[in-house]
Amino acid sequence: MGQMIIRDFDIPANDFSVAGEASSTVRKLLSQLGVAPDRIKRTAIAMYEAEINAVIHGRGGKAHVEISGDKIIIEISDEGPGIEDLELAMQEGYSTATDSIREMGFGAGMGLPNIKKHADELVIKSEKDKGTVVTITVNF
Amino acid sequence: MKQIYFHSVTLDKDKCRGCTNCIKYCPTEAIRVRNGKAVIIKERCIDCGECIRICPYHAKKAVTDPFDSIRDYEYKIALPAPSLYGQFGPDYTRERILKGLLGLGFDQIFEVARAAEIVTMATQKYLQNPDVKKPVISSACPAVVRLIQVRFPNLIDRLIKIKSPMEVAAILAKNEAMEKGIPADKIGAFFISPCAAKVTSVKAPYENSRSDVNGVLAIKDIYVPLLDQMKKQKTAADTHFDLSGSIGVSWAGTGGESTALDKGRYIAVHGIKNVNAILEQTVRESLKDIDFIEALACPEGCLGGPLVAENPFVAKANLRNEAERASAGIGQAPLDDDQQYIWESNVEYRPILKLDDDMVKALVKMQRIDELTDELPGLDCGACGAPSCRALAEDIVRDNAVLTQCIIKLREKVDELESE
Repeated sequence: MGQMIIRDFDIPANDFSVAGEASSTVRKLLSQLGVAPDRIKRTAIAMYEAEINAVIHGRGGKAHVEISGDKIIIEISDEGPGIEDLELAMQEGYSTATDSIREMGFGAGMGLPNIKKHADELVIKSEKDKGTVVTITVNF
Repeated sequence: MKQIYFHSVTLDKDKCRGCTNCIKYCPTEAIRVRNGKAVIIKERCIDCGECIRICPYHAKKAVTDPFDSIRDYEYKIALPAPSLYGQFGPDYTRERILKGLLGLGFDQIFEVARAAEIVTMATQKYLQNPDVKKPVISSACPAVVRLIQVRFPNLIDRLIKIKSPMEVAAILAKNEAMEKGIPADKIGAFFISPCAAKVTSVKAPYENSRSDVNGVLAIKDIYVPLLDQMKKQKTAADTHFDLSGSIGVSWAGTGGESTALDKGRYIAVHGIKNVNAILEQTVRESLKDIDFIEALACPEGCLGGPLVAENPFVAKANLRNEAERASAGIGQAPLDDDQQYIWESNVEYRPILKLDDDMVKALVKMQRIDELTDELPGLDCGACGAPSCRALAEDIVRDNAVLTQCIIKLREKVDELESE
């Protein structure tokens, strides 16, 4: 069992202005730890997308981050409506976002595919009307 | 090889009162107050000039060259930044300002505004390349380039690697002088600057091994003598100058560089904190549909530089005036081989935040920082000399501070001793 840095963040519902703060904080931590820039970038992109998903779809939620010597694990959880069809949600361009969200430049259906692209491991657990837990792992 | 950091921004120890204004405003947390005086951490400073603007005692200054240094050269070239035109009211036209510079002892004038138009054209060409990853970030502001170098390694390849208008102006002006038969070693090119970071980029350049600029003079230092010269002028304008168009003049203000591109969606962001926020967005790829980022560290762009004489908002009105007088678009711009304006070297990532080269050790240190931060009062008062409680915790872990520098912790300790 090695050293581990743990951080917890609240993700407020429907507040885009705060979204991104958690991933910025994590980015700074990883820079301090001397993680390779490319790995930091992947982490920042994947985490931000997951945060935005929680804001848009999940009525806000929480981010739990664990950084160890060889990887970062980010768990974003919400108590939102859940993802009905996970396979469909993973397809590029598929989105259940409302028109008003789309007008703000979100909801292009690229969120989950983009997380998958940048994460080394992605686990999604979702239950209808209970919520979703997205677990992202990026190896260093 | 040990790196040597030259910085224009320095401290006048006698004037410093050890207050906490500068440490709070430094965007890279590069200043501490130690033993009652501010200390600039050289590796972290990006020469943005924020501390110069904020210091109530004018203890922060930018080292520039003294005016007399132009006498080291037989043939003296002035390279006025376009922001110089914003320093004077409508009576003082660009022609009068340039003539005034000749009166101060320069032999030749080459407007940096003209070089800016060349950079504009080179940028347009660069953006047309479909292989270039967007958004592209302007490299005209040296403080922004330094910020990217220390904080945003993933954005280094987004910087336009075209030399700055100042460097291009120096190359072209010197070529003109040499064509007149003046030997290269007799020519001195002096940038007339609103900017401290430009001084640093001349003394320690990142885009080539050696700058073509020989010295940097502060606008505020030549303001009064230049005004005196202009007042002595009998006729308004009887000397011919090759002038830039409105595009070159407008580069001094925010939005000037981007509107000139005339294509694509751009953002013009100014003020170092705003720049930082936009770069954060860029790095996590949440900045959508933007082709070009003009990023200037100073509020209102170069007109708000730490070395100007006039209020930036007044200067903006003056500059607008001059832009309207200028020929619309690009003036005379001798763009021959734009390859010569490409950076000859590159900026490398400088990881100033790194706690340790060994990641396991870095993790241990970060854990210790977390513990110390929890232990500290969280006031972020700055009385310890660090900008925040977490910054003090970092300093302690880096062996640059001790816990009792925190006055609250010190009091707790005193109370403890008293009760024993």
